[in-house]
Order: sequence, then structure tokens, then C-alpha cells
Amino acid sequence: MFTATTLNRRSYRTQNVARAVFFLMTVTLVIPVLIIVGTLVVKGGPAISWEFLFTAPRDGMTAGGIFPALVGTVWLVAVALLASVPVGVAAALYLSEYAPDNLLTRSINLAIINLAGVPSIVHALFGVGAFVLFFNIGASILAASLTLAVMTLPVVIVATRESLQAVPQAFREACWNMGATRWQTIRKVVLPNSISGILTGVILEVSRTAGETAPIMFTGAAAFVAFLPASVFDQTMAMSYHLYYIATQQTGVPEEVTFGVALVLISIVLLMNAISIGFRVYLRGLKKW
Amino acid sequence: MADGDYGDHGHHAIETRGLNLWYGDFQALYDVDLEVKRGIITSMIGPSGCGKTTLLRTCNRIIERLGYVRTTGSVSVLGHDIFADSVELVQVRKRIGMVFQRPNPLPISIRDNVLFGFRLHEARLRKVSAAEEDEILESSLQQVLLWDTVKDRLDKPATGLSLEEQQKLCIARLLPVKPEVLLMDEPCSALDPAGTEAVEELIWKLRGDYTILIVTHNMAQARRASDECVFMLLGRIIEHGSTDEVFLRPENSQTADYIEGRYG
Repeated sequence: MFTATTLNRRSYRTQNVARAVFFLMTVTLVIPVLIIVGTLVVKGGPAISWEFLFTAPRDGMTAGGIFPALVGTVWLVAVALLASVPVGVAAALYLSEYAPDNLLTRSINLAIINLAGVPSIVHALFGVGAFVLFFNIGASILAASLTLAVMTLPVVIVATRESLQAVPQAFREACWNMGATRWQTIRKVVLPNSISGILTGVILEVSRTAGETAPIMFTGAAAFVAFLPASVFDQTMAMSYHLYYIATQQTGVPEEVTFGVALVLISIVLLMNAISIGFRVYLRGLKKW
Repeated sequence: MADGDYGDHGHHAIETRGLNLWYGDFQALYDVDLEVKRGIITSMIGPSGCGKTTLLRTCNRIIERLGYVRTTGSVSVLGHDIFADSVELVQVRKRIGMVFQRPNPLPISIRDNVLFGFRLHEARLRKVSAAEEDEILESSLQQVLLWDTVKDRLDKPATGLSLEEQQKLCIARLLPVKPEVLLMDEPCSALDPAGTEAVEELIWKLRGDYTILIVTHNMAQARRASDECVFMLLGRIIEHGSTDEVFLRPENSQTADYIEGRYG
């Protein structure tokens, strides 16, 4: 009475085929990651040493380390964050908590989506035109970081707005009904409950900013600087640009060094992502609703 | 009351005159004239969509948050027109507390929940001692019959309480700012029968100290736990009288039909 009919068996066959196809597609997605990371570890691993991380390049960048580039990347990311996080979080707060649903708000949202879609090389040229030339900052960490900030602003805004909107509306209503103003509501209830999501977004932004090459290429990154940057008005080396340079512009760089730089860069990015995920899991555990 | 301005007992707690309300093009309230007497419990009954909740939410102007709401007519609370230009919404919300269908404690400790409104309004004007806060905390929780249950876990998150306790807490946190009117939007509908009974008992206990306007779907509840009863239908008030009168000798045949369960 309950045995499988031909129709049942046919359904199962189709279902198994579908599952196999989806599984293959998923694997296809993982393979490049494994190949990239594997190659970098095998070929670049031997180059990694304390000396590699903490000394400057020597002999036309064919030997020595990457310390100035590491420091430069930290500078670029830090200054970019200082510029983009306050602006991005404030904008997201306005859009999520204050803005009425009208034509202006919708236009702003559209602008943010479009800003996120602008290619990084266009951001780079915008950075040259606006920061380096028009505001006359010159090629410097400041100009490069501002360019990076403009580029990552939409990411910060979208991530922040999403975590703000994840705070249940009932909490806001509870506050408003006790006579709290919007700002008091934000300060006491909305922000404390969305800060984990906001920070996650910020850390993800760090990893993205650290890896970008095009926006800093013309605005502040230099192929070789003998000294560490002393202020935001100096030019600097940076990991991503250093990699681009020794891989394509410089001859005689041992393969090991190139792969070593790539390995360090990808490690920074993956580490940042891992921190971000760990942080999110930890903070989610603290939430009580 | 401390503010002499509100101390005039000659007025009704809530009084609406010719109140019409539209959501966009849809008219939800028609010429509502309602007088809610002070210090008693008034229940509002009627089928879904009859305008009970709309009317309740108009009384503290929370309805405006929807943006596409338009009203004509007047609403006075304690003798003061709350639609007047000089009205500060924060002051309105202080005087008129609201309890929602689903308990909505904030995701902070029980203590912080109870003291939330107080800290917002009072503690910013003057220095408040920890002892005073503790006193307010205890008296508010005592008033809602919750003190004995939670006194040992005041610093635990309020979201860990049962729904019944959460709803009591939501009432308790209104009390430190000394409201006069409590609006309750089906405060028991998310609770089990025992919780409903406990909260009803609490509402009955608060009677006298506060004017309570309560929307309910539960006719037995309206009958048990209110002094006066308002029956609404399609945006109009059909009947308003003492609860016993409305249930035993309804004047209007529509009221009778509803109470006897012929629709709703």
C-alpha cells in the first residue's frame, strides 16, 4: 500500500540530479579560493619571516621586507575610517531614524546604491581631480584615504542602516510612548542594540580598504619611499600597491617575494573578516531577544 | 497633582468632540463624541476594524506617526486640547501612558526599564540619589504586584520575564513619571488565561489612582473589568454607558446583537 510508484521514483531521480548540480556549483565556488590560498601558502610561505615583515625593501625591491608598505596600509585604512565612519554612521542614522519617506530620501538612497556601483578606477580619478588637485592636498595619505573613504562610504551606510533596522520597532515605540525624543531613543535603545552590526560593517570595510589598489594608485601610494610616513601629508607605500608594482613594474623580483607579499595581504584581509565574524557571533550571543 | 495646571478635577479625563479621522482616503472615525470619566475603567468593545484602537491611539497622538493621518474635531485630555499649537508631545506622553498588545520591555535590566522614563524626565532636572531611585523602583513594582517576584533579580534582563510579568513591567515603567491616564490596547491578548486574570486584577487595582481606557476583544473581560463600556461599530460610537447597563439592557439593537454574538 505504501510502496513507491513509478511517479515517486521519477520525482526522486529529478530531485537527485538537482541536488548533484547544486552541489557541484557550490564546490566550483570553493575551488578557486582553495587554489589561491594554497598557491600563496606554498609559494609565498618560505618568504615570510620576522625580517620580511619588519624591514624595508632593499636592492630595487628584490630583497628585504615590506615594513613600510605594512605601516602605510595601516595609515591609509585608519585615516579612511576616521573619515568614512562618522559620516556613514550619521547618514545611516538620519536615513533610518529621521528621514521621512519622500522624494529626497528616495533620491539619496538611489545615490548611495549608485555610489556603491562606481568602479574603483573611477573613484581613483575622482580622487585625483577632487582631493589631489582641486583641494590641492597633493598626492598624500590624506588624499588617498579620502578617496578610499568615498569609495567605502556606501558600504558603511548600508551596513549601519541594516543593523539599525534590525532593532525591533517595538523598542522604539516603547521609548516614544514614555516621551523620549528620537535622539534619546537612538542613544539609549537603538545604538546599544545595533552597535555590533555597525562594528561588523566597519571591520569588513577595513578589509576591503586594505586590499584596494586603484584608488590609492594616483592619490598617495608610492612605489618606494625610503622612510616611514610622518604625517598624513606624506606619500606612502602600501601593501596592495607594492604587490601590483613588484609583480608588474619591477624586474628581477624573486617569485617568492611577490607571493609572500600577496600572502601577507590576503592574511590581513582574512584575519579582519574572521575578527568581524567572531565579533558578530560574540555580540549576538549577548543579545536577549 | 504637583502641576496645578493639571489639577482641575472638573474636567473629564478624555473628551472628544466631533472627532473625524482619515487614513489617506479611508475614514476610520466619524463624529466621535466621547467622554471618559476620571478614575474609572472604561472599556471599548466592537468588531475588528471598528476604530477602537484608532480612537485609543488618537488620545495620545501616537497615531500621527503614520504620517498619512488627518483629523478634524477636538480631543481634550484633562481639559486641555491636545491638538493645540502650544502642546508639547513629550508632555502629553508623560501624562498619558500607553500599554501595548504585545509586552514591549526594552532589552535592558528590569531596574533600567522601570526607571527609564523617570531618568528621561526627572533625573535630568535634578540630582537623584540611588536611594530615591530604589524607592521609586520598589513602589512602582509594588503597585503592579511584581515586586515580590522580581526583587531578587532587578538587574537581570527584562526580556527574560514571562509575558505576564513583562506586561506588568510595561505598566510599572509608566508609573514613575506620574501619568493620569493609562491607555491599554488589548493588554491581555498575548497572555494565557492565568496571565490575563493576573493583569486584569492589576488593572482593577490601579482603578481610582489612574483613569484607564482599555480596548478589548474579550467581551467577558470588558464586563468583568470595567465601570463603563463603549461599543463602537464602523468608526462610530453606538453606545456608551455603565458596563452593566450596556450588557444587561443595551439601548441599541446593534449593541445587543454584538453582545449576544450575532456578529463580530
